Amino acid sequence: MSDHSLYDALRHFADSWGLLAMLVMFVGFIGWLFRPGMQEKQHRAAMSIFDEDEVDG
Amino acid sequence: MNGVLNRAGIFIVATMVAVLAAMNATDWGFAVHMMIVAAAATLAMAWTLTRTDYAGIATGILPTSDPSLYDDDPVRWGVLATVIWGVAGLAAGLFIALQLAFPVLNLGIEYTSFGRLRPLHTSGVIFAFGGNILIASSLYVVQRTCRARLAFPSLARFVFWGYQLFLVLAASGYLMGITQSREYAEPEWYVDIWLTIVWVAYLTVYIGTIMRRREPHIYVANWFYLSFILTIAMLHIVNNLAIPVSIFGSKSYSLFAGVQDALTQWWYGHNAVAFFLTTPFLAMMYYFVPKQAQRPVYSYRLSIIHFWSLIFIYIWAGPHHLHYTALPDWAQTLGMVFSIILWMPSWGGMINGLMTLNGAWDKIRTDPIIRMMVIAMAFYGMATFEGPMLSIKAVNSLSHYTDWTIGHVHAGALGWNGMISFAAIYYLAPRLWGRQRLYSLRMVNWHFWLATLGIVFYAAAMWVAGIMQGLMWREYGADGYLVYSFAETVAAMHPMYVLRALGGGMYLTGFFILVYNVWMTIKGRERAEAPMSETPHNAAADRPLPHSA
Repeated sequence: MSDHSLYDALRHFADSWGLLAMLVMFVGFIGWLFRPGMQEKQHRAAMSIFDEDEVDG
Repeated sequence: MNGVLNRAGIFIVATMVAVLAAMNATDWGFAVHMMIVAAAATLAMAWTLTRTDYAGIATGILPTSDPSLYDDDPVRWGVLATVIWGVAGLAAGLFIALQLAFPVLNLGIEYTSFGRLRPLHTSGVIFAFGGNILIASSLYVVQRTCRARLAFPSLARFVFWGYQLFLVLAASGYLMGITQSREYAEPEWYVDIWLTIVWVAYLTVYIGTIMRRREPHIYVANWFYLSFILTIAMLHIVNNLAIPVSIFGSKSYSLFAGVQDALTQWWYGHNAVAFFLTTPFLAMMYYFVPKQAQRPVYSYRLSIIHFWSLIFIYIWAGPHHLHYTALPDWAQTLGMVFSIILWMPSWGGMINGLMTLNGAWDKIRTDPIIRMMVIAMAFYGMATFEGPMLSIKAVNSLSHYTDWTIGHVHAGALGWNGMISFAAIYYLAPRLWGRQRLYSLRMVNWHFWLATLGIVFYAAAMWVAGIMQGLMWREYGADGYLVYSFAETVAAMHPMYVLRALGGGMYLTGFFILVYNVWMTIKGRERAEAPMSETPHNAAADRPLPHSA
């Protein structure tokens, strides 16, 4: 495979399957946050930094 | 005992290798650098041998560090290093600002010329001041949020000292004219290799600590810090791929050429802005703002959306530094579009940080550290609006290569990175040295106002200078000739340069107040001063109304 066709192959991969994969991953990561029951977990995570004791916190 | 001997042995070998390299050096800058390395290795060896508790080893009674406490020594050193490098970096900035206004200050010597001192300033503030507070605060935050001591304590110490050696080599190299001329990546190949080693050690300590965590969830600040450590490793390695002319010389040539090289540089350059100057400072925001305000982050969900959006979008924004160049048009447009998309997640993050104070807005009045955090987030918002605007090609055709860019960078660096770092230092100092409180809150207030007004002077002067410069450059006369020569634009900007130096001077003065305040806090002093807010009480008015007849 010559350099040119490798570039060409990568370039077409980037704006087709590569782009789609990125989009699906992004939507997946964001969608994950909206599953039922996540609100409670997120509240606990947000509060976790206050559980430290006074001396070290 | 074997451990001590092994370490001393490694340092002796390092010293000898460095001296040999210095003897074979093809240029004197490389020889000086190798002698600095030899001196550092010798000092480390002397330290190892003299500070060892031999009696303890002989009797088998060694003082063990208390495993019930966090390992904060590297954090303390990091805060001190931040303060010391901060003075150097900011002073260098003020000096080169004055050089631009008064060129005589170049002093006619190569070592003090603008071209040599400018990277000293940029690296001094970004990598020395910023890098040290990032390493220190990340090691502080990861221990607290994971409820675990640092993994690999000796490696953490190596990270601190190795990073300082990197900074000394970089800074001294710039003065001697050793540079690969890549923006924010000026150090030459051997210094780059050293930083790579230090950085991998940093990553190991950080991930090791996360793996030892006692808390099931990894708090979002660690996500931001981890994206910083991982991405900077990748950017640093790819951007610095180069072939040295000689293994004993400081000069190297980039592996890439032409526009590919330019794009690699700005892929690195803009992502240094993203993953050095944005995400880890956001990590500081997501930890220190809630802690100082004593309220949880406004929306934890939004903080994670903020995170993933920055990760997926920032990496594509680099080409906006190469508008109207040989870079293919589609790549320029891609960079512009992604830069504009970035506006929304950036503001989402800013609003998330600010709204953490929802219901406690009075703290802006009563707590100068909160005030500093709020102005930092406000400048984050301003800079992340101005950036996308400047990336629009039509705007960029006016702004590019002018001082508007310098103003934009400093609104972000002084306003966002500087202010959130100062707030973190003020938060950390009493806690790290076990003091009841800071030496003086009123001095924090003075620092706040000096720094804020300094930024206003700086940014306003650069907006005027930059837009004027851009307009003068593109001013055509009736017959199609350019109206102004370059020297005329320089002369026109002189008053703005003086104002900019004034703003920088105010910012530096504010930083000296921080130095004094932190120093006194470490010494355990507490300034006798009126509190920042009084409890309003008017005894005369605090009575029931008399019965009227």
